[in-house]
Amino acid sequence: MTVRIAELLMGIATLLVSLGLMYNVYADGLNIGWVEGRGPGAGVWPFWLSFGMALASLVTLLRWFRGVTPESQSSEPYIAPDTVFLVTVSAGSILALLILMNIVGTYIALMLFMLFFVRFLGRHSWPMTAGFVLGTPIFVYLMFEVALTKYLPKGLPIFEEGFLVIDNLRYEWFY
Amino acid sequence: METILVSLGAGLLQAFEPLNLFMIFAGCLAGLFVGCMPGLGSVNGVAILLPITFLVPPTAAIIFLAALYYGAMYGGAISSITLGIPGASTAVATVFDGRPMAQSGKADQALMAAAIASFIGGTVSIILFTLFAPPLAAFALKFGPQEEFALMLLAFATFIGLGGDDIPKTIFSILLGLVLAAVGFDIISGQPRMIFFDMVEFQRGIGFLVLAIGIYGIGEMLWTLESTAGKVQMHNVKITWQRMKDNFRQIKDYINSTWVGSFLGFFVGTLPAAGATPAALMSYGLSKTFSKDPDSFGKGNVAGVAAPEAANNAASTGSMLPMITLGIPGSPTTAILLGGMIIWGLRPGPLLFTESPDFVWGLIGSMYVANGVTLLLNLALIPIFIRVLAMPFTLLTPIIFVLCVLGVFATTDRMFDTWIMLIIGIVGYLMRKLNYPVAPAVLAIVLGPLAERSMRQSLIGSQGDVTTFFTRPISLVCIMIAVALVSYPIIQKILRKRKERANSVVGN
Repeated sequence: MTVRIAELLMGIATLLVSLGLMYNVYADGLNIGWVEGRGPGAGVWPFWLSFGMALASLVTLLRWFRGVTPESQSSEPYIAPDTVFLVTVSAGSILALLILMNIVGTYIALMLFMLFFVRFLGRHSWPMTAGFVLGTPIFVYLMFEVALTKYLPKGLPIFEEGFLVIDNLRYEWFY
Repeated sequence: METILVSLGAGLLQAFEPLNLFMIFAGCLAGLFVGCMPGLGSVNGVAILLPITFLVPPTAAIIFLAALYYGAMYGGAISSITLGIPGASTAVATVFDGRPMAQSGKADQALMAAAIASFIGGTVSIILFTLFAPPLAAFALKFGPQEEFALMLLAFATFIGLGGDDIPKTIFSILLGLVLAAVGFDIISGQPRMIFFDMVEFQRGIGFLVLAIGIYGIGEMLWTLESTAGKVQMHNVKITWQRMKDNFRQIKDYINSTWVGSFLGFFVGTLPAAGATPAALMSYGLSKTFSKDPDSFGKGNVAGVAAPEAANNAASTGSMLPMITLGIPGSPTTAILLGGMIIWGLRPGPLLFTESPDFVWGLIGSMYVANGVTLLLNLALIPIFIRVLAMPFTLLTPIIFVLCVLGVFATTDRMFDTWIMLIIGIVGYLMRKLNYPVAPAVLAIVLGPLAERSMRQSLIGSQGDVTTFFTRPISLVCIMIAVALVSYPIIQKILRKRKERANSVVGN
């Protein structure tokens, strides 16, 4: 896909999103008009700002049709073919990390994430990989669970119960 | 003046408290690190590390983040000079002469000039900040909601008038940020608004940090991965005591450019849409114009390194002036700092000076200390940072992604927000590739709730009378400047077309 096509599609998408936001406010029955003696109703701000977004999108589309924007004249690829793999894989790996955090819990997900990035994407040595795979969850546990007292997601009950062993050890040793 | 000196003294004492001093060192180091890594800048560092600062009290937290901000300005020069890739957009102008100097074996001279100029720029701007901030805050105490709203309009107008980006796209970006800030409950009637797909999670709204980390953490890393793909060529730096002494003696070659950059940077930095990048570019341009040897710029003139570096450091302090005194951030980084202040339970704006003097003067005191600490760390650790630069992206990227995901979770305790962060990061990356500016959206999501509240407060107070914004002098002046700023690009375009038409008539 060229930058030119991408700008057209983005313009259409932003226009649809803006109209969708306007519809959302309208469908919720919020007052999008003036309340006598009080000023704007609850829906005025989001509704008319979304209207402004729709207008800005229309102007962008108009400028695209007239070939005014540099992007509308560009036949370069939207994402360079030699890097599209790297970008897609990186974005996909975060998606996988979030999904895995809900299933196997934060720590196992982090270990798999690091294994993937350091070993399979970066092709680093096994000792380096091991350092990152083991070091990251330890750092995260100390920083977020111990210091910031945040209970990070532990996944399905079976994984959560398994993790309690570590928490119990910590409480037995330190408290 | 006496009051300022007494308060400053107290602030300096506070900056030297062990925890605060540690935070200054940690912040400067973190800043130098994020600044020198290509693709990462102060805004990314502040966004990603803000959740971690909840460990310490607000004063120590802002000292850490402010130190990170200066550190990043210093650090940006390291990769600009040794790699030829700006560590952050603020160091773009440093590449023009820094790279040729490195190619001709003068990398150490360029790095030292950058550090010294940054120190002078930082020091000048902090002195200006100390002098300007208290009177400006005292003046801003007269502001009511009308003036607050007018000031915010002015902040958004500067993005349209001076931002230099595509105007419809800039307007879209601002409005999107304002609309996203409206998700949740209406502040006046309490009615739920924009609860997409009836998901209850939206009732708590979309936090600014989710947007900021999405855009500046995830989006920026994807952008960097694409633009560098890990292919960089680094230049060796030879540093010896003798060379350092020689380099110190060269200060006279670039001191004038440094002064110009320092003053220009501070004042440009105070403008919300301008900030450190245009300040550095303007300073470079001015130095070149007034140089005795303008042709040597771009080929390795040390003044071409000093001018932008002094300016970007001065601008970073300048951008804090409207944030602390008016509650209007002067840059995306200060927008995130402002959001952080709200999370820490502080009310940004002129009242900070009276309600939380320890916080404000502790911050100002820390600026003086941090500037010196960063200079020392920068000079001492140049060889280490050059090694850090050789760190492959396949090691740095996963660490940043992990900090983004867990940072968002730690702030809101909801996995839902991490999903929103990912979506915003990917969409932000795709939009940025099409020249949609992202900084206005971040500023808008921080200022959105404040802007809506001040507008509606004003209108309730005036019983729905819109003229309330035009009958108060300060508000009127701000609105008039805002209108002028928005009209500026349109008038400029009309004038340019007329000139072109006149030229073509003359040509025929």
